[in-house]
Amino acid sequence: MSPFAEYAISALLIFGGAFTLVGAIGLARLPDFYTRLHGPTKATTVGVGAIMLSSVIYFSAMGEDIGISEILITVFLLMTAPVSANMLAKAAMHIGVNTLESTKGNPWEQ
Amino acid sequence: MFDRLSFPQPWLSLILFTTWQILSDGVSGGSVVLGLILAWLIPQMTHGFWPERPAFVKTWRMPAYILRVLKDIVAASFSVAWLILSPRKPRPAFINYPLKLEHPLAISILASTISLTPGTVSADVSDDKKTLLIHALDATSDQEVIDTIHNRYEKPLMEMFQ
Repeated sequence: MSPFAEYAISALLIFGGAFTLVGAIGLARLPDFYTRLHGPTKATTVGVGAIMLSSVIYFSAMGEDIGISEILITVFLLMTAPVSANMLAKAAMHIGVNTLESTKGNPWEQ
Repeated sequence: MFDRLSFPQPWLSLILFTTWQILSDGVSGGSVVLGLILAWLIPQMTHGFWPERPAFVKTWRMPAYILRVLKDIVAASFSVAWLILSPRKPRPAFINYPLKLEHPLAISILASTISLTPGTVSADVSDDKKTLLIHALDATSDQEVIDTIHNRYEKPLMEMFQ
């Protein structure tokens, strides 16, 4: 494997790991249910994307496979993350989860 | 009887078949057979969820849109990460977004885009499909969020679907 590929893989792994960590910190730090919804659906998407990209580079550099399955995993993740976030938000509105007091606007009655 | 043996969504069947070949680590006799079964069975089972055919008119605009969304996901992820780590409190807001798109598939693409781009989650769509409820993590003004979504995402989608 060329040194350039190694640097790229390491950088992407650190980048992805850092973003996933920030997403997890967000889950602990953000004040109410709806704001916590933002952490896992976003920061983590970029984190997993970067880790998948490093996996693609690794297996291409090793000359094993072009790594289409990693790209498929990323596509599935991008397709399913908004749906689960949407379902969580709908369920929260249905049972009337309390919002942060400084929230502008109101959720809909379900 | 023939209805049971047909492929109600040829494109969906094709995508399912191709995806299965890629996932199963190389094309073999077994993967082709199982791929054909899945390509037939899944559209048959989900038939009721597809009320009408998706009307893509300008498919060639899609790659540019996907690239723009990917770029925005990365760029805006940094601002959310910064917000999580900074001591400042977020300013969350529920925003009623007036939809101009009419096609159900276009609306679901827009809602998914809003959920994927950091800072906003689409929470619900009204029964008459004219309003989208968005939760924004850190919004200075409602109008600013509405304008950004309209100009960056809804306009390209309107061009694609009309």
